[in-house]
Amino acid sequence: MDLTFLAFFAPFFAAVLAPVLVRYLRHHAAWALALVPALVFIHFLGFLDDIAAGARVTGGVQWIPSFNVNFSWLIDGLSLTFALLISGIGTLIVLYAGGYMKGHPQQGRFLSFILMFMGAMQGLVLSDSFFMFFVFWELTSITSFLLIGFKHGAERSRRAAMQALVVTGGGGLILLAGLIFIWNITGVSEFSLLLASGDLVRQSPFYLAALILVLGGAFSKSAQFPLHFWLPNAMEAPTPVSAYLHSATMVKAGVYLLMRLNPVLGETVAWETILPVFGGTTLIVGTFLAVRQTDLKLMLAYTTVASLGLLVMLTGFGTEKAIEGAVLYLVAHSLFKGALFMAAGNVDHEAGTRDVTALGGLMAAMPITFGAALLSAFSMAGLPPFVGFLAKEEIYYGIAAADPWSLAITVTAIIGNALMLVIGFAVALKPFLGEKVATPKAAHEAPVLMVAGPVVLAATSLIAALFSGLFHALVSSPMASAVAGTPLQITIGIIPKPGLALTLSLVTVGLGIALYFALVHLRAAMAWLLATIGWGPDHGFDQAMRGLVIGSTALTRTLQNGRMEFYMTATFVLLAAWLWRAMAAGGEWPQMPAFPDLYGYEWVVILIAAAGLIAVVRAANRLTAIVTLGIQGFALAVLFMLMGAPDLSFTQFMVETLTVVILALAMIRLRLSPQDHRSAGQTLFDGTIALACASALTMITLQVLETEFDRTLTDFFNQYSYTIAQGRNVVNVILVDFRGVDTFGEIGVVMIAGLAILALLRVVSRRGARPASPPVGKSEARPVAGMEV
Amino acid sequence: MRTVIFGSIAPYLTALMVLYSIFVLLRGHNEPGGGFIGGLIAASALAVYGVACGVSPVRRALRFHPMAIAGFGLFIAAMAGMFSLFAGVPYMTGLWIYPTVLGVELKLSTTLIFDIGVYLVVVGTIASIALALEERDRG
Repeated sequence: MDLTFLAFFAPFFAAVLAPVLVRYLRHHAAWALALVPALVFIHFLGFLDDIAAGARVTGGVQWIPSFNVNFSWLIDGLSLTFALLISGIGTLIVLYAGGYMKGHPQQGRFLSFILMFMGAMQGLVLSDSFFMFFVFWELTSITSFLLIGFKHGAERSRRAAMQALVVTGGGGLILLAGLIFIWNITGVSEFSLLLASGDLVRQSPFYLAALILVLGGAFSKSAQFPLHFWLPNAMEAPTPVSAYLHSATMVKAGVYLLMRLNPVLGETVAWETILPVFGGTTLIVGTFLAVRQTDLKLMLAYTTVASLGLLVMLTGFGTEKAIEGAVLYLVAHSLFKGALFMAAGNVDHEAGTRDVTALGGLMAAMPITFGAALLSAFSMAGLPPFVGFLAKEEIYYGIAAADPWSLAITVTAIIGNALMLVIGFAVALKPFLGEKVATPKAAHEAPVLMVAGPVVLAATSLIAALFSGLFHALVSSPMASAVAGTPLQITIGIIPKPGLALTLSLVTVGLGIALYFALVHLRAAMAWLLATIGWGPDHGFDQAMRGLVIGSTALTRTLQNGRMEFYMTATFVLLAAWLWRAMAAGGEWPQMPAFPDLYGYEWVVILIAAAGLIAVVRAANRLTAIVTLGIQGFALAVLFMLMGAPDLSFTQFMVETLTVVILALAMIRLRLSPQDHRSAGQTLFDGTIALACASALTMITLQVLETEFDRTLTDFFNQYSYTIAQGRNVVNVILVDFRGVDTFGEIGVVMIAGLAILALLRVVSRRGARPASPPVGKSEARPVAGMEV
Repeated sequence: MRTVIFGSIAPYLTALMVLYSIFVLLRGHNEPGGGFIGGLIAASALAVYGVACGVSPVRRALRFHPMAIAGFGLFIAAMAGMFSLFAGVPYMTGLWIYPTVLGVELKLSTTLIFDIGVYLVVVGTIASIALALEERDRG
């Protein structure tokens, strides 16, 4: 079997094993489970050479051949880098979670969710087929829902999980619509073929619609303003989740999508306007909101929002250097943000708080964590010799120009980067330097499981920059080429070259350091500003959800008011109106049929049916009416028998019997008045509806009989029922053989309806058991409503 | 409804009706009948028994909850279609065997198993509704 195919499913297998392993090995199970992502990582390392040489690996199996849907994957520079980040950081996160959640009673479940998420995310970036991509995309939303809501006892966790699911899952549906547009425009449903479609999508009249839908999906997933609010709220999750999902993986899915589609959708006015505007706004909003926070995780979360904004802005800006900068920044961000989140988690875990104002002087107690955090903060600040520096230099090469648009983008980037430097150092320095502050727990260094992650990631930030030639050749250049759609060579190294980019870098760093010392004042200013505005998208989300609930409650109360009379009236009025309208619109009225030529005994049966009808109408109460309704039903069954439909007649007899029995049983449970208490006006109204329905049905039946009878099916079944299906009873053969799947569905419906009726009866009897019984009118409606199911 | 005459006859009547329902079920492929009608007959038999003798004897006689019977019916109906997968033909293709038992050739088929599934679903569902309604005190 193809090992790549196995790599798709390996995380899911590990997810199944996780709870069992944790039961026997406790937190040591993390070592065993981390082997799975580690092996996947090694498997993907093997592709580096081929991909760097410009190859593109595709593979897969047929999934639904009749719809031309394949289980196919695409490995190029873009997806390979993502796959390496996901499995590499995933390995460290599994180890980290082993230490962080040590002794937690649900550690097995937690590791299982993390591995499931990893499988989903990896599937997302490797998928070639749109449909697989969409399935994995929604799977990341669902697994992240489980992870964010992991502490499901806390109301805030549940809200955050629900919010993330609504925003990202809803965005996924919008994205599906966009992908279907692209599928219809190009006729291909695989990225590898789509990339070869040239200008087909850009020249289509549906380009803008497809673009907006795709962006809706990407922006919701990658937390672009004004949909950014779910990401900081998701910090309710345990820290390993934040370090994995909300720095390196899940939130980058939207950026991945934009980069993947850049060669197809990019380089248009719409693309190059919408993306930088939204990205730039997100960058500024994210950094300013980050300044406001004092919680370490929230500070990092808002800078993640900002970084995603920067990536979107660069992807949309569209110059080759800007794309190179985006690619470098994406890798750099994954490394330093993952490390910083884990370092913040270590502080929280060991000191008992993550409020930056209540921390200080931890350097002596936690030297390794401090070291890793400091190195990562250097990378985040864009200082040499770290990968973040390469990214920032390349970004400034890419966007700096004299025209007003580039100028605006450059100023945005400088402000954003300077503020990110402030937050990076605030997270990495404030808790560790200065006076030792008393913390809820006596802090000491975190266990090896928990320092492995930050140390490895921080070291990678350094090594990748020191060996930038190799790093560019194997990782960043192939990735940038895949994003741009043309071969690119990145050459930037750690030795600063004098020029505009370096000047801008120095401005950024200078501004950042100045702002760092003014952080307390900035925070106070932001707090005042936010309090003055007093409303944000997060609050808006609550309002929208509340509105949805109020609206649907009102709609349900109107349509499902629990009164049987209303349902029946609505159904039959609509039926009559629809039938009459259909005949009136077509202007086709049936001709008066000839007087029927029937035998005497047939007349007798019809007269019995008519007598039954009169008995129903004249019945004094409802129970009598139902029993007398049986007269008509049996007369009809006899007519079927006489007309040569024994099966139908047989069934009619049984159904009629059981209807009367069950309705009677239902009726005797109710407290019915002995007399039918309808007013004269009500009787007239109901009678009119009944007559309108009856006359319409009669006319439709007559009209149907006027058309010539098509014998094709009759002949087919008569001819083949015995030869193919070995049965002479054509009705039964159709039911169990020719249309067996239909019957299967129908008996499923029968059973579900039965279950629903049982549930309704339980509800009613439980209510009846209470001392204060509900008003008669209400309990009257319910069991009968059940019978209609 | 608890009259002596009805109460004494009902068990025999029910047995007869259930027997007849099985007869109707089995002959369904060639003569009027089949799983659906057979199921309705058996369900009315149980309803009659319940009306005459009370619900608990019916529940005892059935041994299983009627809904469980319906669920089992749905299960074997689904399984009947699975046989065809082993024969390498599309789902729910009818397969036939003709064993000779005591000198009589029998025609057995997966469609018969499917029809038995239909029968059980109908009996189980209708009987559980009827019995729940007959139990006045609790559903």
